[in-house]
Amino acid sequence: MDATALLLSRLQFAFTISFHIVFPSFTIGLAAWLTILEALYLATGRPAYREVFEFWLKIFSVAFGLGVVSGIVMAFQFGTNWDVLARRTGPIQGVLLSYETFTAFFLEASFFGILLFGRSRVPPWFYLFSTAMVALGTTLSAFWIMVNNSWMQAPVGYAIENGEYVAADWSKILFSPVLWVRFPHMLLASYITGAFCVAATGAWYLLSEKFHAEARIMLSMGLLLGAVLVPVQLFFGHLTGDYVHDYQPAKFAAIEGRWHDQQPASEVLIAIPDPRSETNDYAIQIPVLGSLIGSMSFDSKEVGLTDFPSADRPPMIIPFFAFRIMVGCGLLMLLLAWVGSYLNVKGRIEQNRPLLWAIFLSFPLPFIAILTGWFTAEVGRQPWTVYGVLRTADSVTPFLTARAATISLIVFCSVYAFIFTFGVFYIHKLLRAGPAGALVRAPVAASPNRPMSVVDEPVTARSAHVEAGE
Amino acid sequence: MAIFWVCVLAVSILFYVLLDGFDLGVGILFGFTRNEQRRREMLAAVAPLWDGNETWLIVAGVVLWGAFPVVYATLFSAFYLPLLVMLAGLILRGVAFEFRNKTEHMRWIWDLSFAAGSFVAAFVQGLMVGALVEGLPISDGQYAGGEFGWLSPFSLLCGVGLCLGYTLLGVCWLVRKCADEVRDAAYRLIPPLSIGLLLFLIVVFAYALGENLRIMSRWLERPYLLVFPAIGIVAAIVLAASVRRRRDEPPYYMVVLIFAAAFGTLAISFWPYMIPFTITIEDAAAPHSSLAFMFWGEGLFVFPLMLVYTAISYAVFRGKVRPASVNY
Repeated sequence: MDATALLLSRLQFAFTISFHIVFPSFTIGLAAWLTILEALYLATGRPAYREVFEFWLKIFSVAFGLGVVSGIVMAFQFGTNWDVLARRTGPIQGVLLSYETFTAFFLEASFFGILLFGRSRVPPWFYLFSTAMVALGTTLSAFWIMVNNSWMQAPVGYAIENGEYVAADWSKILFSPVLWVRFPHMLLASYITGAFCVAATGAWYLLSEKFHAEARIMLSMGLLLGAVLVPVQLFFGHLTGDYVHDYQPAKFAAIEGRWHDQQPASEVLIAIPDPRSETNDYAIQIPVLGSLIGSMSFDSKEVGLTDFPSADRPPMIIPFFAFRIMVGCGLLMLLLAWVGSYLNVKGRIEQNRPLLWAIFLSFPLPFIAILTGWFTAEVGRQPWTVYGVLRTADSVTPFLTARAATISLIVFCSVYAFIFTFGVFYIHKLLRAGPAGALVRAPVAASPNRPMSVVDEPVTARSAHVEAGE
Repeated sequence: MAIFWVCVLAVSILFYVLLDGFDLGVGILFGFTRNEQRRREMLAAVAPLWDGNETWLIVAGVVLWGAFPVVYATLFSAFYLPLLVMLAGLILRGVAFEFRNKTEHMRWIWDLSFAAGSFVAAFVQGLMVGALVEGLPISDGQYAGGEFGWLSPFSLLCGVGLCLGYTLLGVCWLVRKCADEVRDAAYRLIPPLSIGLLLFLIVVFAYALGENLRIMSRWLERPYLLVFPAIGIVAAIVLAASVRRRRDEPPYYMVVLIFAAAFGTLAISFWPYMIPFTITIEDAAAPHSSLAFMFWGEGLFVFPLMLVYTAISYAVFRGKVRPASVNY
């Protein structure tokens, strides 16, 4: 095995999967929201819902396309770079991922074509059905990915035969308690991502005083969804922490920044961990809280990272900081969603420009939270691919050369950078152009409580700000 | 169980070749026209369907991984660089569908990436099949050929051959889906492409005889294999007749038959090996618990559903592309 090839393969996997996760996490939430919009449109017949639907469908399609093409890479990468892992765990991981393809990808691909090109070819109820099927497909895909990843985090229901990991009990794998806290955690993260992107777009339009009717729908629905879901998400985040505490004590110690056993344990809020001296610099900590969070008691002993042989320890820096960034983003989103929803209900949000600015600028938060959450989970699992049983160093393709790995890393980085740049640029362009029908803009003196149905008369002339080219 | 999954795998690969084959072929053809209206019609003929088509490739990949992990790991790590190139091609052509209508100044970038990506993906797929037919260097169940073990005149030739084949599929698809100018241009391309493909097959056959490839001995052991070339010849004759009479529907199905015959030939010449002459189906099959779990869920229930979805989307987008409604 070539040590450089191993490092390069890890970098490549981390890079390609991080790139990929951004798009599905956005489209899972967006697909659900599109389904709701289409259902509302069919139920009420209000043109604004249709406008908002058509608008977000365009953005959805760009993000979905990027998700699809970057996802194909994942199906191959296990084989190209992680030959030994693929060979040994194929009877479990391969099977789970084949379920993903069978149950999810065909739903998505077939009905997505209808969503984009088929409105005139199918009856309205079937169009709604197609939207729901795309949403179901994206959700199922997330489910199987989480089954697979949860098995890698906390392997259950398997036996080892001739070096292969064979499923001894599929029900243990599918009903693993770890899975059933992590899957909701991921799903909620996706919904919140969709909600904040929609709310941010609404806030942006309100700030620049355009697309008033659509902007109100986006802002209200996005904020309300966020206000309900973020607290639930924090709860599931806590449950996820509990499983890490019980199943992956080394990862838990790394996240907590705890080098040595403590009883009762304090909670490190922020610090700079120093791996060489195995201590924290500039630590701010709260006594006893660590035991309370870890074990719900005031005097429990909590395990430190140095309890584990150094060959079995994850690095501390990345999980420690990634986790804090994730939680920070979550708390910020909670604040924005609650304050925003409150002012929205009171009808005062449109006058509050600083808050609108904050909501507009909040759109990266859910993405950052998702990425750092995954960094915490995956880096914290090291040095294992399958926790406790198969090491990362033993998983890589044994004959992979550093040269080939360098070439592939460079190719993936450049291709992804290329399509990402253009993808983001086109999404920005679509957002700036706004909903196509351009419903009547609210008069300058409009009261924020004005019934929205009044502004729902479509006009033929496009608003002046729809720019033609780039 | 293992046999069931080999069949699913074979069906998936065949579907992939027949379906993504035509949209890759249209992509290659796309590079040879400058006319924007024609390009739009060509794209409209594949745009709602390409994503589903490409999904069959992933199906083949994951069935291979779940049901035959050894083959998945061995082949994919052996084809490290070709797969990289293929993936880059598929990525670039895939995003082109979404990106090209978002811009005018930079449309040429996506036109280029659509055509070049399609070509590269098709070429590499042919190359990998060729390398498999010729035989990959494998020892102790591990690939042992180095970074370029798949590279040979024969595998390159097969790359060219598959490009020709996919282009022919694409041309026939355009005949089916388009009207007027595009259709007529497509009709004109069928004879030269068919002759090119025929020449390719003759050269491959001669090469295989000349190099005394082990796979050729299969033909002597299994004379019933000759039924496949016979099907191919009949299909080619019907193809020629329907082109002459300008019948839009049959050509695509005839090329499908030719491909199916070629695929059947290959599959049965491989049997019972998955990687010729080193790893058999039995060696490669995952443990029973995996095969059974796959069978009772996705095999028995979801696989038919997948066929239904595919049928639905082809039914919704049946008939000719209407140039007026082309929104690409």
